[in-house]
Parts: sequence; structure tokens; C-alpha cells
Amino acid sequence: MRTAVAAALCVAVLAGLDALLPQLLNPYYLTILTRIGVAVIAAVSLQLVNGFTGQFSIGHAGFMAVGAYVAAALSVYAGAGWLAGLASALPLPLARGLYFPVPLVAGGLAAALAGLVVGIPALRLRGDYLAIATLGFGEIIRIAILNVDAVGGARGFSLASPAHPGLDLRYEGFGISYAVVLVAVAVVARLVYATGGLAFRAVREDETAAESVGVPTTRVKVEAFVVSSFFAGVAGALFAHSEGYVHTNSFSFLRSFEIVVFVVLGGLGSITGAALAAAVLTAAPEVLRGLGEWRMILYSVLLVATMLLRPEGLLGRRELVPVRLGARAGGARAAP
Amino acid sequence: MENFLQQLLNGITWGGIYALIALGYTMVYGVLKLINFAHGDVYMVGAMTGFYAAHALGFASDPSLVGFAVTLLAAMAVCAALGALIERVAYRPLRRRGAGRLAPLITAIGVSLLLENAGQLVFGADPKFFPALLESRELVRVGGVAISNIQAAVLATALLLMAGLEFVVMRTRFGRAMRAVAYDGPAAALMGVPVDRVVMGTFVLGSALAAAAGILVGLSNPKIDPLMGIMPGIKAFVAAVLGGIGHVPGAMAGGLLLGVVETLVSGYLSSTYRDAIAFVVLIAILLYRPTGLFGSPQAEKV
Repeated sequence: MRTAVAAALCVAVLAGLDALLPQLLNPYYLTILTRIGVAVIAAVSLQLVNGFTGQFSIGHAGFMAVGAYVAAALSVYAGAGWLAGLASALPLPLARGLYFPVPLVAGGLAAALAGLVVGIPALRLRGDYLAIATLGFGEIIRIAILNVDAVGGARGFSLASPAHPGLDLRYEGFGISYAVVLVAVAVVARLVYATGGLAFRAVREDETAAESVGVPTTRVKVEAFVVSSFFAGVAGALFAHSEGYVHTNSFSFLRSFEIVVFVVLGGLGSITGAALAAAVLTAAPEVLRGLGEWRMILYSVLLVATMLLRPEGLLGRRELVPVRLGARAGGARAAP
Repeated sequence: MENFLQQLLNGITWGGIYALIALGYTMVYGVLKLINFAHGDVYMVGAMTGFYAAHALGFASDPSLVGFAVTLLAAMAVCAALGALIERVAYRPLRRRGAGRLAPLITAIGVSLLLENAGQLVFGADPKFFPALLESRELVRVGGVAISNIQAAVLATALLLMAGLEFVVMRTRFGRAMRAVAYDGPAAALMGVPVDRVVMGTFVLGSALAAAAGILVGLSNPKIDPLMGIMPGIKAFVAAVLGGIGHVPGAMAGGLLLGVVETLVSGYLSSTYRDAIAFVVLIAILLYRPTGLFGSPQAEKV
């Protein structure tokens, strides 16, 4: 009951902000807000693998790429027709609101599948060998997409449907972006802070010991990896639809490194820490724009300095707001 | 067949350069268990130092073997100092605080970003053309395979440096200390090995080798820019993992293997897959031998 009230409240607040913000802020700030949302989803989902399950993945951008391209291709080749059909029966804003979750979920599912295919062999590896394998898979995914001509190859892929030239497939809404942020945070929090979530942390603390008390370590790791890939895919799909154009350059290993930085800087094992770091570090280059070419230098110096001063990350394993409360009662998976 | 041998030779030359960078990754990993992501950018600084040194000393317009050697040594010296500085400023304070293994990884990414962005500010973002330190000519032709003097110089320098490193690691007091720290750092410290000095020496050696790779790359592919270290850096890291990270001869073998495979793929298949093939080889080998070609299986202590 309380959950339902909370959810309804969130929807109401998001819908209100969705209507209000475009009047208050100029489009540039809205774009940055959406980018922050994308970064937060990516960071929180990677936190599940790197922070809570103790596996070290540095290929997250590869799964974002899968989500972005599958969602974009769906919208361009099929979704535009569906949206046009919906819009002929309903008012356009409503039709768009009904349609946009479809590519987001499709992108997420495609990325989750990719996560399953990559995760089962890769998670046999440990430590740094796992890290480099995930980096490799991420790059392979990126270069494979680069060679698919149907999604533009090296030219990049614009979200414009030749069959429906007048239809805007871009979506830059605060509402949906931050609804996804909330869902990602809630899902990860419920997974790791519910009783069954001890399995993830047991694998992180000592894989051998966890195995010896009957935790199905391989299943737990693959599960974390698949859920994490799903949200990476959703983040990618959101990115593709808000920018209106995707290019594989956005998903290189540098992007994966950036997400790892969010997770470690925020504090390994802290959902809100990862979200906070993602938001601050995504906004920082924009805030520092006045510094011109010194801005990225200051950014990297700040990064090194923060790590030297707080090696455990900004929040360590603490949470900024009590996200774990939502998981206290429900979600108890039978611990095997 | 001649074409194949020519490609093979090109691949070995390129692989020698990868191997030199990979050695720095693998040595630092050996003593610190740290993936030093800034290493590829040290290689960039090496190439840039060579560019400016050659112009300042007048070797750019007067190709000679002496000029090549002096430029090489200058770049190696500058990068050795840079490596020591990075270790002192970005990694040692974290080690002192007993931070885990991930915090240094993030400072490594930070230092890498810093070098790339400072490089764009100091050197300019536009590509530069590395001076021809040696006059390009065909040295010998063996059964239709042409070996240019540049290829010969690259290979000879790479082999010489690797032989020198092997000597340092296996035959000197410093090398013994380095192997001791790699085997068990805390135990080595208890036996009186000055761990901090050994770690700094490792960075100095690795960074000097990366600088040499930067000069050699400038000779064979003269276009250099501040972001040139990103891709070769990550590939060299792949080479180090291929050979079994922490294993010095493994890094050499991994580098050569990667260079040959990449050259053959872009020569015979498609150059668009060139960047992917390194990772395909990597994953294939890791799935078969999870600790690399020469890595020993990790025993699990319970």
C-alpha cells in the first residue's frame, strides 16, 4: 500500500516537472538534465556488478550501444509507423508518451540478451582478466555495429524515418528519463538490500566462502550482469532518443571508463554515491565551460585529487538517502 | 607468398612496438597489481618529446643514426622522469594509505585524461609530422621481401631494449628486488627490499621503454597527435594480458603476436576489423587459458 502511494506520488511529481521544466529552463539545460539521467542509470546499473557483486566490468558502454542501436533501429524502421498510427487516434503528446517506453524496453531487453551471451563465458574469469575481457567484448560490440550498414555504419545513425519524414522521433522529456532513473534505483536497491541480496555481497566478499555455504555464485554473477546490462541498454536507448543521432564513438571504452569512474568515485557499494558522482561529473564539464581549454585539465586534476583525498569514494558504502528501506520488507528471495 | 612474408615482416615490426609498450604495463602490474592506464599517454609524450628534441637539436633536417640515437635517449630520459613523477604524485600516496586496488585505477584514468588534455593544450590538437630521423631506403631484399633501413632500425632498437630489460630483470640487484616485490611485496619489504624505490624504478624503466616505442612509431608512421596513445595503449595492454600479465617474456610474445595478427587481418581481410581482432584473439585465448599464454594458473587458497 505504501509502495503504491509512493509510486503514485513519484508519477505525479514527474508529470508536474515534465510539464513545468520546459517553461522554466532553456533547451540546453534540459538536454544536460537528460544526459545526467542517462549517466545516473548507467552508473547505478554498473554499481550492481562492480560495487555489490565485486566483479570488475569495464565494458558497460558496449551494452549501452546495443540498447541505443536496437532502440533507434526499432523506432526508425517500425516504431515510426506505430507512432503515426497512434497519433491518428490520440492527441500527439499522449501517443508519444505511450510509444516511447516501447523502444526503451526493447533496447533494454536486447542489451540484457547481449549481457547473458557475454556474461556466461566472461564471468568464469576473475579479477583483472574479467575486466579486460569485458573491455574486449565492449569494443567488439562497438566495431561490429560500426560495420552494419543498415544503422549507418561509420556515418552514424539519425533517428529520422524516411517513411514518415514529418514525425519527430526524438524524445527529450524530463518525465520519462527520470522515471527510468527511479525504476533503476529501485530495482537495484531492492535486489541488493533485500535478504536475498546478501548473495551478491557474499560473492563480493569471498567467492570461495560463498560457494562453500551454497550460494550459486555463477548464477548470482550472471544475474547481476544481465540486470545491469538491461539498464545499460535502457540508458543507451534513452540517449539515442534524446540526442536524435547515435554514433559508435559515443560508446568507446573511454565511455566505459567514465562509468567506472562514477562507480568508484561515488563509492563502491553505494547506489546513491554512484548516482551523485554521475550527476556531478556529467554536469562539471558544462559548469566549467567558461574555462575554455583548461576545463578538461581541471576536471582530470579534480578527479585525481578527489581519489587521493577519499580513496574509498565520496560516500564509501553508505547511502545518501535511505534507498534500502524500500527493500526492507519485501523481495526476500529464498536463500538457497 | 612474397606478399605474405612482407606482411609478416611489417607485422613483426609493428609487434615490436606493441611489445615495448606492453612491457611497461606488465612490469607495473607485476609489482603493484595496478593497470596503469596512463601508460599509453606516456608513449605519446615520448613521441612528442622526440619531435621537439629533433627540431631543437637540428636532427630534423639532417638525418643520421647519431641523431636518431640522441633523440631516442632524450625522449627516454624525459619519459623516465615523467613516469617517476606520476608514480610519486598519483599512486604512492594511495599506497601509503592502504587504499584498495580500484582507487589507483581511477587516479590512473585521471592522469591519462590529464596527459591527453594537457597534451592538446601544450602541443596543439592538430597532428604533427615526425621528422625523418633516418633517410628511408631499402636495406636488403631477401627473396622478394624488402627490408627498409627504418624497419631494421625499429626491430634492432626494440630487440636491443628488450635484451637490455631481460638483463636488468634477471641479472642485476635491482631486477632481483623487482622480482621479489612482484612475488610478495610485504615479504620483500620485511627482507629489507626498499619497495618504494623498486616501484619507482619499475615506472622509470617502463616509461623509458614506452618513450622508445613512441620514437619508433614516429619513424614508421610519422603522424603524431596528443591522442595517439589511447588505442595503442589499450592494445598493448591487451598484448600484456595475452602473454599473461606480470610476465615479462609473455608481454614480448603477446606484442609480437598481436602486431602480426593485426597486420595480416588488415592486409587480407578488412582494415575496419583491425581494431576488433585484437580483442577477438584476446577473448579466444582467455577462454582457453584464463591467465594468458604464459601465466601460471592461480592457485586458490582456502
